[in-house]
Amino acid sequence: MSLRAAPPPSIDVRWIEPSAIAAIWTREVTLFSRYWRSTSFAALVEPLVYLLAFGFGFGSLVGAIADTPYVQFLGTGIVASAVLFTSVFAGMYTTFIRRTFQKTYDALLAAPIDVHEIVLGEALWIATKAAVYGCAPLLAAMVFGLPPSWGMLLVPAIGLLTGLGFALFGILASASVPSIDSFNYVTSAVVTPLFLVSGTFFPLDNAPEWAQRLAYLNPLYHCVELVRDAVFVTLSPVDLVHAAVLAFFATLMGWLAVRTMRLRLIG
Amino acid sequence: MSALALDGVVKRFGDLCAVDGLTLEVPSGTCLGLLGPNGAGKSTTMRMITGQVLADAGRITVLGLRVPEQSKQARAQMGVVPQQDNLDGELSVRQNLEVFATLYRIPAGQRAAAVEGVLRVVGLLDRQHTRAETLSGGMKRRLLIARGLVHSPALVLLDEPTVGLDPQVRAELWVLIDELRTKGVTVLMSTHYIEEAQRLADDVAMMSHGRLVAQGSPRQLMRTHAGERAWEYYGPEHRLREVAQAAARAGVPSRSTGPSVSVLRAEQAPPSLRADLGEPGHERDTTLEDVFVLLTGESVE
Repeated sequence: MSLRAAPPPSIDVRWIEPSAIAAIWTREVTLFSRYWRSTSFAALVEPLVYLLAFGFGFGSLVGAIADTPYVQFLGTGIVASAVLFTSVFAGMYTTFIRRTFQKTYDALLAAPIDVHEIVLGEALWIATKAAVYGCAPLLAAMVFGLPPSWGMLLVPAIGLLTGLGFALFGILASASVPSIDSFNYVTSAVVTPLFLVSGTFFPLDNAPEWAQRLAYLNPLYHCVELVRDAVFVTLSPVDLVHAAVLAFFATLMGWLAVRTMRLRLIG
Repeated sequence: MSALALDGVVKRFGDLCAVDGLTLEVPSGTCLGLLGPNGAGKSTTMRMITGQVLADAGRITVLGLRVPEQSKQARAQMGVVPQQDNLDGELSVRQNLEVFATLYRIPAGQRAAAVEGVLRVVGLLDRQHTRAETLSGGMKRRLLIARGLVHSPALVLLDEPTVGLDPQVRAELWVLIDELRTKGVTVLMSTHYIEEAQRLADDVAMMSHGRLVAQGSPRQLMRTHAGERAWEYYGPEHRLREVAQAAARAGVPSRSTGPSVSVLRAEQAPPSLRADLGEPGHERDTTLEDVFVLLTGESVE
């Protein structure tokens, strides 16, 4: 390698530079290759525990919901919660630590990468993991009798879209809070209600009308509905609405996350 | 042609004016030392050049590109070595560089050679598989420098490159920085070490409270502001006061350095001053520190 200054190259700059996203992914894949065992263990075992505890616990009381055995109803619902938890917490904690303690983003921003590329690169990686881990409950539910269907092939794509929205929500939260302890408020006031009122554990059809209307605002509800319709191959035009809501949620969160993160990172 | 130009740059943080109308020019292939104590505005200036801090007023041009408008293009051609260790501690030395080689768009087929080349330059080739977090302070700094050089940049920004390092490691890094300069890379180096600026920089810009107080070659600055020789007097406080007053009466500058007073421009002092001062003080060459203290009233290391 020569230390002599090379003549300035002709730089063609795009708004989203593939090399910027590739660099973020190079880093993430390298780190993941070190931690994949523990991360995957948690992602696979947790839904299994939920299915055993709730599926067979409540399942023995509930029996079936709209002719669907409760364990299968729950197994398809837990896909959404697996996606939620994999994406939102990674978006919150990982990006907060990298921004505040490790100063990783400061280092990156001295190179030819912009805030929106960092946010997108991180969110896409988190969403990809969420899409993969989101399939774990389905596999577990299949062990407990969920019949395979072609619609299951759509689940990773649904997980990716949902995971992207919640990863970006997590990044938005990480750029908004003053300290890492503040995530407790986000978890208690936002993430837990989203999780509980999503139709994962019980159908919302019998809930009060106001609760149903609120559920329509919950992106996780739309993920649950979309996953169930795909897995049970009952897709209809309504599912386009579910997909559109998830896409809108991801777009809105992306815009807000980039804007807020830029305020944090650029003085 | 100048590699870097700042024209009337201002940056405020609330009531604090961190950089106050800074105008600077760094010709291609030279090293400019930005000298000043902590809080002088050096790091803010560095971060404005990379577009990580946005100036409130003024114009910044890097390698012919406007910043922040064309900051991404500019950053592709410059290397930045930050003051703070922001390495990826969990990644190995080599992996840290591979991430940045990708970011700097080094083609996949040339990445390994670029990484190995820069590891050889900074003397870390045999530590390439070591996790960054386990390196010593000096090695981490070498890795930060390697990260800033992996793409053979035309301009390198070094923000306090040797702060906190022991003298031996500092001397090793000076050799490395000096090599950059002699190879024709443009270098902007902020430092609060006088010796570092005097030894490495072609030109020195002195900053105090966000303002540029003087700029020129170390020799030129010393000649213009402090003369060639200085007399240094030690003694009790009243004696030091007498020396300073006598120098003022004789029309030559003096500056206080804790337990001593230095009379500057000693070669131009009238013979009567020697008589006034009594026994001769310790005679020495003037330094950049004399200039800095004289102009700002502040001290640097």
